[in-house]
Amino acid sequence: MLKISNLHAGIEDNEILKGIDLEVKAGEVHAIMGPNGSGKSTLASVIAGKEEYEITAGSVVLEGEDLEDASPEERAHKGIFLSFQYPVEIPGVSVTNFMKTAINEGRKAKGLEDMPAKDMLKMIREKAELLEIDRKFLSRSLNEGFSGGEKKRNEIFQMAMLEPKLAILDETDSGLDIDALRIVANGVNKLKSKDNAVIVITHYQRLLDYIVPDFVHVLHQGKIVKSGTKELAHELEEKGYDWIKQETAV
Amino acid sequence: MDLKDKLISSFMAFENKVDVEHPVHDIRSEAFKNFEEKGFPTKKEEAWKYTSLKNLQKIDFSIFPKEVDALENKQVKKYFLQEIDTYKIVFVDGIYSSFLSETTHDGVDICLMSAALTKPMYKPIIEVYFNKVASKDESLTSLNTAFSREGAFIYIPKNKMPKKPVEIVHFSTGNEASLMLQPRNLIVAEENAELQVIERHQSLTSNEVLTNVVTEIFAAENAIIDYYKIQNDLKTASMIDNTYINQKSNSVVKVHTFSFGGKLTRNNLNFYQNGEHIDSTMKGVTILGDKQHVDHHTLVHHIEPNCESHQDYKGIYGENSTGVFNGKIIVDKIAQKTNAFQQNNNILISDKATINTKPQLEIFADDVKCSHGCTIGQLDEDALFYLQSRGIPKKEARALLMYAFANNVLESVRISELKTSINRLIAEKLGVRLGFDL
Repeated sequence: MLKISNLHAGIEDNEILKGIDLEVKAGEVHAIMGPNGSGKSTLASVIAGKEEYEITAGSVVLEGEDLEDASPEERAHKGIFLSFQYPVEIPGVSVTNFMKTAINEGRKAKGLEDMPAKDMLKMIREKAELLEIDRKFLSRSLNEGFSGGEKKRNEIFQMAMLEPKLAILDETDSGLDIDALRIVANGVNKLKSKDNAVIVITHYQRLLDYIVPDFVHVLHQGKIVKSGTKELAHELEEKGYDWIKQETAV
Repeated sequence: MDLKDKLISSFMAFENKVDVEHPVHDIRSEAFKNFEEKGFPTKKEEAWKYTSLKNLQKIDFSIFPKEVDALENKQVKKYFLQEIDTYKIVFVDGIYSSFLSETTHDGVDICLMSAALTKPMYKPIIEVYFNKVASKDESLTSLNTAFSREGAFIYIPKNKMPKKPVEIVHFSTGNEASLMLQPRNLIVAEENAELQVIERHQSLTSNEVLTNVVTEIFAAENAIIDYYKIQNDLKTASMIDNTYINQKSNSVVKVHTFSFGGKLTRNNLNFYQNGEHIDSTMKGVTILGDKQHVDHHTLVHHIEPNCESHQDYKGIYGENSTGVFNGKIIVDKIAQKTNAFQQNNNILISDKATINTKPQLEIFADDVKCSHGCTIGQLDEDALFYLQSRGIPKKEARALLMYAFANNVLESVRISELKTSINRLIAEKLGVRLGFDL
């Protein structure tokens, strides 16, 4: 589904990703772990198409199509979703209206009519239930005054609504208490199918107890320095990142 | 002949049309002298540093409009609130249109200035209120006073509230190649009265129009007035709005100004707090493009203790547009425990757009809370990316962010149908269809 080859990218003259190779197939869950500043969030932003990052070499290919020239909205229409570490507050635009806009813009891009209001409401209700979201919450302004947990739950609600092929969860576990973590992970697991894929970016192993990865990759200084299965995550939790850093230095 | 000379020579003709024996005419004559002496303000004056009236004065405006055939309702329907019923005071090229209006004398007076200035029954009201809060010094206000004859007159007696909001609408039809209008409004809410007013000026063709309007508003003890100004006129229409508000104890007056259109718009909004526990609010959303220019000059004069004022102006400037915000707050020495807040935030969405923003605080009391803040920025790139990553195209995403930026000004609009119609204007102005009513 997603094939990243020899990806070099950065901001201005500062190269952050220094040759990433990663292949994610449909039905798989990949975890990307690594110390602070290793380039995890940059990788997420580059896949989602943030314009301030420049790709200097290599490619990001989704279902055979090079994404280099695709805008963030085009990538979204092709099925990429990024759950943000810091979701943005949009005063005056309710969660419901925001989702209506996002869904109908996606449909417009595919040449479809707006989703009928009735179907939209039904879908919103179902997906809200999945994330244990109160109906009152849906009429609040997007992310405005939301707690950390509410923001993250709202991100996964949006993912549920948009039904992406590839979801990237950027530090979705940060700032979550154990109950919120369970709800969020449960939501992701229910959305998981053989036709879609998930990349979980996290600092800690904790989330991976709930969203179990097929593969774990360790990112360090802009490169994937180690890949393995979920046992690698446990090892990292036990030993920290220092041994990886040392191993790489050697 | 320049505009000043033309106006001066027109005054004699004007005197033939009005009752010069009426006491109001002494007020007019005084005001005329002041204008004759001072003329139009120039950029040399600090208050007019960023707004030039020079080009407007070169236009050969007609001073006395000809009466035109009645406008048909369907031609102008869209300029009124659709979903709710309102009282309407409507003028076409400065002349009252009884056909489009809906006035009342049922417990409250919602009618015409010309009636108030001529009918004996209104004489006591005119004596107490006419030209009592408007400046006698400012030359354009004097110009309006000199030619004052027609406009809206609203008088709400003690404990009364009209059944519905009042719309004051001025249409210009392009009957003249270029037309100058000088409406004069007087609005009085007596003790405990309540009132909602929406004012709009709209030209129907692209002939030049210059409106120099003066509105005097009096809010007695405990009165509540909401006043909304919709400035969405064509790009050949210019306006100088002079609004003067006198508030007594415990009154609450809110003025919202939505500036989306016009060529040149100058808003002089002046609040005088003559009492205690007064609340004065002025809010504005300005969205400009092209070569449009809007200048907001606000003044709040805190004259007595324990009062509040709140100012919140948001501006979005695109293309070659220019904006000015000058917010003056005066706190007199005895006006202790004053709370005065002022906020002006601006987004420049083009490299060629300009905003000049200046707070002006003159505080003579020592136990007060006054704050002011102004920002000039661009749209937040991270927020833009967030919206785009959800599949919302850049143009729509930008519009959504601009809407969000202006939103807290809209929140205090208390007529929901008006809010909807302003949202529509904003969406139109930003050139987007967002798939829902904002």
